[in-house]
Amino acid sequence: MASRIGTLIPAILAVGLALVVLAPLLVVAGRATGFALGPADWAALRFTLLQALASAVVSVGLAVPVARALARQTFPGRGALITLMGAPFLLPTIVAVLGVVAVFGRSGLVNDVLRLLGLGPVSIYGAHGVVLAHVFLNLPLAVRMVLQGWLAIPSERFRLAESLGLAPRDLWRHLEVPMLRAVLPGAFVVIFVICLTSFAVALTLGGGPRATTVELAIYQAMRFDFDLGRAALLAGVQFGLCAVVALLGWLLVRPAPFGAGLQRAPVLRQVGGWRRAADALVIGLAAAFLLVPLGAVILRGLPGLAEMPDAVWAAAGRSVAVALVSTAVTVMAALVLALGVAHGGRGAGAMDAAAALPLATSGLVLGVGLFLLVQTVVPPATLALPVTVMVNAVLSLPFVYRLLLPEARVLRADYGRLSTSLGISGLAWLRLIVVPRLARPIGFGAGLAAALSMGDLGVIALFASEQGATLPLVVQRLMGAYRMEAAAGAALVLVLVSFALFWACDAWGRWYASA
Amino acid sequence: MLRLERLVLAQDGFRLTADWAAEQGTKLAVIGPSGAGKSTLLSAIAGFVAPESGRLLWQGQDLACLAPGARPLTILFQDQNLFPHLTLAQNLGLGLRPDLRLSAEERRRIEQVMERVGLAGLAARKPGQVSGGQIGRAALARALLRARPMLLLDEPFAALGPALKAEMLTLVADVAAETGALVMMVTHDPKDALAFADRTILVADGVARAPAGTAALFADPPAALRAYLG
Amino acid sequence: MRTSILATGLSCLAFAAAAETPVLTVLTYDSFVSEWGPGPAVEAAFEAECACDLQFVGAGDGAALLARVQLEGAGSNADVVLGLDTNLTAQAAATGLFAPHGLTAPALPVAFDDPLFLPFDWGWFAFVHDKTKLPSPPKSFEDLAASDVKIVIQDPRSSTPGLGLLMWVKAAYGARAAEIWAGLADNIVTVTPGWSEAYGLFLEGEADMVLSYTTSPAYHLIAEQDDSKAAAPFAEGHYMQVEVAGKLAASDQPALADRFLQFMLSEGFQSVIPTTNWMYPVVTPAAGLPEGFEQMRPEVSLLKSAEAAMAAREGALAEWQAALAR
Repeated sequence: MASRIGTLIPAILAVGLALVVLAPLLVVAGRATGFALGPADWAALRFTLLQALASAVVSVGLAVPVARALARQTFPGRGALITLMGAPFLLPTIVAVLGVVAVFGRSGLVNDVLRLLGLGPVSIYGAHGVVLAHVFLNLPLAVRMVLQGWLAIPSERFRLAESLGLAPRDLWRHLEVPMLRAVLPGAFVVIFVICLTSFAVALTLGGGPRATTVELAIYQAMRFDFDLGRAALLAGVQFGLCAVVALLGWLLVRPAPFGAGLQRAPVLRQVGGWRRAADALVIGLAAAFLLVPLGAVILRGLPGLAEMPDAVWAAAGRSVAVALVSTAVTVMAALVLALGVAHGGRGAGAMDAAAALPLATSGLVLGVGLFLLVQTVVPPATLALPVTVMVNAVLSLPFVYRLLLPEARVLRADYGRLSTSLGISGLAWLRLIVVPRLARPIGFGAGLAAALSMGDLGVIALFASEQGATLPLVVQRLMGAYRMEAAAGAALVLVLVSFALFWACDAWGRWYASA
Repeated sequence: MLRLERLVLAQDGFRLTADWAAEQGTKLAVIGPSGAGKSTLLSAIAGFVAPESGRLLWQGQDLACLAPGARPLTILFQDQNLFPHLTLAQNLGLGLRPDLRLSAEERRRIEQVMERVGLAGLAARKPGQVSGGQIGRAALARALLRARPMLLLDEPFAALGPALKAEMLTLVADVAAETGALVMMVTHDPKDALAFADRTILVADGVARAPAGTAALFADPPAALRAYLG
Repeated sequence: MRTSILATGLSCLAFAAAAETPVLTVLTYDSFVSEWGPGPAVEAAFEAECACDLQFVGAGDGAALLARVQLEGAGSNADVVLGLDTNLTAQAAATGLFAPHGLTAPALPVAFDDPLFLPFDWGWFAFVHDKTKLPSPPKSFEDLAASDVKIVIQDPRSSTPGLGLLMWVKAAYGARAAEIWAGLADNIVTVTPGWSEAYGLFLEGEADMVLSYTTSPAYHLIAEQDDSKAAAPFAEGHYMQVEVAGKLAASDQPALADRFLQFMLSEGFQSVIPTTNWMYPVVTPAAGLPEGFEQMRPEVSLLKSAEAAMAAREGALAEWQAALAR
């Protein structure tokens, strides 16, 4: 019976997750000699909140028309375009920043065009640049989340609407707005929190100390002042902020009121006329915004491919191995948690909160805390790869969990009784019902987890040994040794490998779901 | 024998009592106004709603300790009786082995049963690719394979046309005859009850009354039934 | 319980493997360890003469090194810390984790003597530009502030060059530092977390000049046969970055650590420095300095003592933040 999977295992997992996230914070706090925040910290807090708010609002706001256009238009290459437009989210931050700069920077494409038109240059350095880069990085995620929402409306409902002669405006009111109310708060919260803990984007494009984020203040507290108390306190404040936002998001979420469908092929409900032209414009603009910087990264990296040392390939192999293992861990954990929460009952709320915890954590504090914990037992370098796997798995879990939860709920609502009445339980239930029904979000989530794991640099830097460098670390080392060309080449390899992993997982999910 | 012993079902403000028994092999109709608790009654017997008090007994054994899948019954819901991602054959196979590790013998039985209910040649289709009547047949075929001593029908054919529905009821009667099962069928239509059921349970005013002879019941309906029939 | 058994097992394994030859663990910054840094050559040269196993542990960039030392504390299994600069050594000394090296420091452009830390290379900070795009660069900070030349700098809170620039302005202008920063505010395109991001942005054409080292053009000359890059001489003089190493008091290989520090001043180590770390070696190698290293030698060298740098840091940082926050 599904009840054991439904209660005990997810509960243990949730407790373990909370421990992994909170214990390092407590360990760091335990080493503190005092706790105090200065005026600069409060300024950082204010800036962090404002930029995260702006970034999340813009990302989510733009995602709605883009996802809507993609959902209701069909054209050749649509699937490929959707996949490709997801790419910026998978870019390592520093690569993404260079891509944005190549397009919007002082000597970028946009300013070249403006100069030709006799217009003054625009600068991307400042708060607006931070928001621009965050939107570039997170719009793909928002579009995918909203698009999933659109695709999750059973085609029967659209057919019903069609048969009632509902105009696009009525469809919007009766089907799309309820769906958006269910999907947007979640998307907003996730992006807000990602931007809240952002570090390198804000620092590189922010233009100066005005653009200090909380994560940067933590970095500064730990590195230059070695003030662990301040670091822990700031991390605590960051946690609190994320918690408040997540709570607000929850209060706003309305479960989508659509019931089950029979998985008939979606009815073609292509919208024509001026709406089709508008959709084409929206898709074109979004694709240009997301893909031109990506193209710049590729162009920039091509010449470097020839100059890359062998270390790049070894590191790529290591990164792929780490990514695959941590993806497997993430997907299993997220699935167990999502099914547990969908099952409901006592503790479901606590489990849901535990699954969101890693989003709010400061990567720096997590790394330092784990380092302090591990150090008392073994030399940290000996555990570099296991710790990296665990941290990557923990940090990407909230994304995968968020993708799985709604579908797990639908599965439970529509087929929970049928499964139970037929006595389908345990592994058979996972294999026959859960994985096939959830293949799409599982594949997408696995791809996301793999790509995020590929690009992550945070914790490995603290644990890395001479031999254990991963690809992002090698990119950074190449840059640190003046080898910008080779670094761009290695970054391109990183992007391509991440993207290939993502594509493979996502394609598996779509293939499996439709097979 | 199915025995409902001083059974009380309660769900936010809603309350239903029952205290009666029904013999194995009986065909029962469950009739009554919308929202009176017909589905809840079936859900309780199937194990999805825990009684507030009282007991449910099958052949003298308390059903409370049995998980829904382990109860001596098959239930067909109003909809979602088949998994849309599995083929009809796989959906049927779940009735034999919930992990679908089927032997050749079991596959052959599935084939036979599909033929028996008129689904020959549709084994590889998915529910989205067949008609509503065929979906109903597949669900009944699975009940046939499971061969449990009780068959609970929560209006699974409500959406079908009269001819198709009649055909399904015949099939249900055949299945019941083959498996010797006690059938409980929720219905809105007195004609269905008269055509199909020996006895009828009237659910109204918070009470699921003891089964009464269908013909006699409709010949001289009590006040609650009269109100329902209009 | 099980984890501690596992842990003991792991450390036993590590110990068993190492029991044959003594291991010297050197904690340093990442780019020192990388295969393009001095690490591999230094390791080979030292292991050839020490009958030991030299292991480098990379700890992020230079600024992360001190935090790592403090984090590991007395329980560290490192023996030597290599790569701090003089702006950080006072703080490092205050931890009490370092032991005196007992050696004589080599001669530098400015007097330098520290009982705990021994220099292994040094350089002058400078603004680097492309001669073809900026033929007449500013000649001083005041000149720069008055011009519309755009620069990229590093954040003093997260990078050693950033902190070096803070000290440069402070050493050159003292009480006028805040005024200089206010003048520079509109020249600064952006402030990056570390050197590599800033240098990358400069090479992409995002700024006319970048804070780097006088030796940076030598890299382009030697490794890329590109002589277009130059370091602009500033009239105030140039602040120095002196990179040092120190021995940890808790080292279980003190003799080997001493030997490494001696080796650090020898040809085997010093000859590697110029074209891997792109800094000046503290002892000029037999083959002399590579071309490009003599292209720009500042007339005035600025350097605050470790104590003075530490004392000035907080105030200078506040001035910097206030000036750039407007």
